[in-house]
Amino acid sequence: MIPTVPQPAFAKWCYRAYVTAFFIYLALPLTVVCVFAFNNSVFPSLPWEGFTLAWFFGTEAPFIGVFHERAIVRSIGTSAFVATWVSGLAVFVGTCNAFLFVRHDFRGKAFLYVLMLLPLIIPGVILGISILVFSSSIANALEDATGLWFDGLRPGLLLVILGQFSFITTFATLVISARLQKFDPSLEEAALNLGASKWGAIRQITLPFLLPAIVASAVVSVLMSFENFNTTLMLVGSDSPLTIAMFDKLKQGSTPVLNAVSLLLIMVSALLGVLSLLFQGRKA
Amino acid sequence: MVSDTSRLGFYLLLAPILLWLVVLIILPHVGLFIVSISEKVGPREYETGFANYAAFFNEPLYWRTFARTAIMSILATVLTLILGFPIAYYIAKLTRGRTKTTLFLMCMIPFWVSELVRTFGWMILLRETGVFSNLLQSLGIVDGPVEMLYNDAAIMVGLVYTSILFMVVPLVTTLDSLDDSLIEAGYDLGGTSTSIMREIVIPHAMPGIVSGCIVVFMLSLGNYLTPILLGGKDSLWFTGMIYTQFITRFNWELGSAFGFLLLGLSSLVVFAGLKLSRQSLTDTMGRA
Repeated sequence: MIPTVPQPAFAKWCYRAYVTAFFIYLALPLTVVCVFAFNNSVFPSLPWEGFTLAWFFGTEAPFIGVFHERAIVRSIGTSAFVATWVSGLAVFVGTCNAFLFVRHDFRGKAFLYVLMLLPLIIPGVILGISILVFSSSIANALEDATGLWFDGLRPGLLLVILGQFSFITTFATLVISARLQKFDPSLEEAALNLGASKWGAIRQITLPFLLPAIVASAVVSVLMSFENFNTTLMLVGSDSPLTIAMFDKLKQGSTPVLNAVSLLLIMVSALLGVLSLLFQGRKA
Repeated sequence: MVSDTSRLGFYLLLAPILLWLVVLIILPHVGLFIVSISEKVGPREYETGFANYAAFFNEPLYWRTFARTAIMSILATVLTLILGFPIAYYIAKLTRGRTKTTLFLMCMIPFWVSELVRTFGWMILLRETGVFSNLLQSLGIVDGPVEMLYNDAAIMVGLVYTSILFMVVPLVTTLDSLDDSLIEAGYDLGGTSTSIMREIVIPHAMPGIVSGCIVVFMLSLGNYLTPILLGGKDSLWFTGMIYTQFITRFNWELGSAFGFLLLGLSSLVVFAGLKLSRQSLTDTMGRA
């Protein structure tokens, strides 16, 4: 059970074998995705036709690499645009929420906290359709009243940003609150005693203390925004973010270009993920 | 002692959260409900009624898909718990230091990678021309190519894979906080492995188990990619039906009713899970 309690050798080996099998199960799909990005064949499957970098840099059909596939490159740009906005908004609202929940006591606080957690347990598709229905009904009402068009409220990037923001903010709030709870308020009081203004004390003392959590939640928000599929699917207009563009391509039939994009995504996600852990784990 | 500036500060902090929750969560769901009880009687003419819900219960394809989605999600949750618990226990209790960090990180990496990429990996492994099929052929176990994709087992493999990290991570966190000496004391007092599991480890890990189960169930129920890509033409999933009603058929009234039913089911299960395990949403989900 634990190292200090002796166990039969056979049971120990069975357990180890299971853990090993589990990690193989975990690594296998990602490994094959990466390996087939280098297969010199127009289909990501066996037999192995030799090593090639064409799926990254190729320019001639059918070997058009990621960096020359216009739809993919454009969708990466779209995803980056969406992620920047989502992350910025979520971190801002998340920081406000953290101060609200940690520093203030008010009637209905517990209720508001539960409400804040709700986006975690609403399926992404439902968040997507509810925002779609709501914004369309506003657009319809406005158009009936004014005779003008309100394209921003129709499926498109604005709705994608709002849809992702609606649940990523909860994560940002939780990460930043956790750090703010560890803050020693006497530090802020000391700053006030030394003549700082309230806002000055927060800016000089509290925010630098929160910075690791703020950066970590920004990174996590970017990751979640990049990989979100369900909510985005319902709200997407003519500009598709990366996951939607990849899904459209996958429906037409898979080519190793998708493996190449996936490999890049895996590398970037792993890097950002480790980065967010480093920031979150940094001591005060 | 509430000064005017701090009261102003309080309202300034309250504004963003209220704006967010009211405009993006509450009003849209109220709107969704209103659309779900509208019946189309003519072009741009609607009446209030429950015809969309009646359509759901009268059409076996709809409610069967709903039930199927629910049952498979529950099964995926149970499987994930059974498969994930020993792993979490291993990481939290049987490893130390660097090994522990490495294993934990290895668990986290697939969790950060897009769901689409993970599902795509399984497609490469399982399809007729895929890795497993070729492996079996070269080992001489089968004669021709085998199709392992497009069935319910493939969906289950994909669902468990997509969500197992959401089970393992909270379990590791709760098991980590269990003091080893409690387990030792259990042995000293003559407990067996099973009784210690049942009376010490599992009760302590309960918040993690519940939060893991809630997240996994939710993710499976609301999953769209895995059933569409790994399941065949006959394996319908309820989110796929919602998508069809909204985007393909443009029947938003029926789609909204479907959405509300799915939301109702997920809330019901989450509520029941919390009640049965005597946990609160704040305690289980509120840990980052």
